[in-house]
Amino acid sequence: MLTWLASARTGGLLALAAALAALPLALVNNYYYEVAILVGLNAIVCVGLNLLIGYAGQISLGHAGFFGIGAYGSAILAARYGWPPLAALAAAAGAAALLAFAVGRPILRLKGHYLAMATLGFGIIVSIVIATEDRMTGGPDGMSVPPLALFGYAVSGERTWYWLVSALLVAAVWLALNLIESPRGRALRALHGSEVAAEAIGIDSARHKLGAFVMSAVYAAAAGALTAHYAGFITPSKVSFQHSIELVTMVVFGGMASTFGAVIGAAILTTLPQLLTAFREYEMLVFGAVMMLTMIFMPRGFVPTLRKALASKN
Amino acid sequence: MSAQLTQYLLSGLTVGAIYALVALGFSMIYNASHVINFAQGEFVMIGGMATVWFIGMGLPLPLAALAAIGAATLVGLLLEKLAVEPARNAPVVTLIIITIGASILLRGIASVIWEKKIHALPAFSGEQPIVLGSATLTPQSLWVIGVAAAVVAALWWFFNRTLAGKAMLATSHNRLAAELAGIGVRRVLLVSFGLSAALGALAGILIAPITFTSWDVGVMLGLKGFAAAILGGLGSGPGAVAGGLALGMIESLGAGYVSSAYKDVIAFLIMLAVLMFRPSGLLGRRTAERV
Repeated sequence: MLTWLASARTGGLLALAAALAALPLALVNNYYYEVAILVGLNAIVCVGLNLLIGYAGQISLGHAGFFGIGAYGSAILAARYGWPPLAALAAAAGAAALLAFAVGRPILRLKGHYLAMATLGFGIIVSIVIATEDRMTGGPDGMSVPPLALFGYAVSGERTWYWLVSALLVAAVWLALNLIESPRGRALRALHGSEVAAEAIGIDSARHKLGAFVMSAVYAAAAGALTAHYAGFITPSKVSFQHSIELVTMVVFGGMASTFGAVIGAAILTTLPQLLTAFREYEMLVFGAVMMLTMIFMPRGFVPTLRKALASKN
Repeated sequence: MSAQLTQYLLSGLTVGAIYALVALGFSMIYNASHVINFAQGEFVMIGGMATVWFIGMGLPLPLAALAAIGAATLVGLLLEKLAVEPARNAPVVTLIIITIGASILLRGIASVIWEKKIHALPAFSGEQPIVLGSATLTPQSLWVIGVAAAVVAALWWFFNRTLAGKAMLATSHNRLAAELAGIGVRRVLLVSFGLSAALGALAGILIAPITFTSWDVGVMLGLKGFAAAILGGLGSGPGAVAGGLALGMIESLGAGYVSSAYKDVIAFLIMLAVLMFRPSGLLGRRTAERV
């Protein structure tokens, strides 16, 4: 029983759920709730992206594209065609999965920086199409998005959203942890170590890489759709190259191949700009400096460095 | 050849020459360190902005341009010494994030010093267009193409005919073997950052009179340079030049004949298509992976 509780999967999951349940005590007004909700939504994207980057070892600099397909897909179906938001969300996530499947097959044959460039190109193509097709998407000015409704009940108010996003985050982490411990997850780690060695013991590396790519795309698209419905408005900045970079940075910052690291990375890097607004025009300067210094002194990311420091103390 | 086509090809050649210079910078740093330096575009920005700044202080254009190249080179050297060198043993993704952090930091500094405004640099030798048959060419385009060609020739001479250049090439082929042969590979790393910063700054100065310049101009130029380096084959000098020129032509023809809103989409689609058939670029080395 105790070992079951102490395992990373159940223990960590319980700790996350407890932290999310206790957090509202510190959230004194709606603005704090708003930041917490954004952290949760970004964390969902990062947990998915970490499957691809941290476990399968494949970089993507274009995941804002999937985020955008989820956000705009759901927004357009709900606002222009009158779909119920939940159906629109599911359809948009499904579309992202199909696209990831179609694009991933040829792209994932590329390696290293070539893969980085190809995914980057994909992301930029999606963002230009969204910014240009203004009759559908509202162009650079963005478009408004109807609120989310679950089985007839409208989801509104910061508190309701907080609990919804928290529940989804726990589910997303639980799903990711289960996947990592499954034979599929072991296959991913094996091919991360050496693709040739993995294939030599019978792992179909192309299929597993594609699986991780599609999975991470669905996480990103679902979080994108939720972000759009929560904010009630979406602009192409959420689909930009910059946003792709922000997402990857969160994963690497928290610590690659650590699901809780991805959550912590999302939490720190989503909150930091909110804190830095006090610096006014120096905001970007400070943000860049913090990013550089952290990665220079903690090259393996926040959580793995912390874990190592704790382990060496004991 | 129709006048229109000539015109598109000439403007593609101009933009392509700039992409080629930026791509050469990417390839040089990649060869020395296997890092993709996402702050490369910021060197381009510093080149243009610092020139405008120094001219504002009363320096004549040639001196201002030299001072700007010097400033960018210094930034490149500092970036290597203070950020890349201390994290030498970090995973490649971490190094990429460090250079992204550097690019945000540099953009932040630029927006503080030079404010978030668009700045203009006067053309080097007037605006009177030169008529070439049925097409026209601005003198500034001629400067861009001419200087880029001279730089490419100088680099070819440096890498093939001088000891220092050969040492840098040797390091890119096999770092350990180069070190055993007595090459100071750490100095090679430093020089490649300085050199590629200078190249980026030069590109920024040349293009500033055509496109204007501002604190965030480096983002897109950096991405295009990266795309050009990948298209030509990462780490290959001739590849970077070919990739840059090809990307410039594709963009210009795409904007002219298909749609100017979708010119970047066309360029990236063609790049993706090339990568499907040649996974290591047009002129990239086909490496067999050691198991």
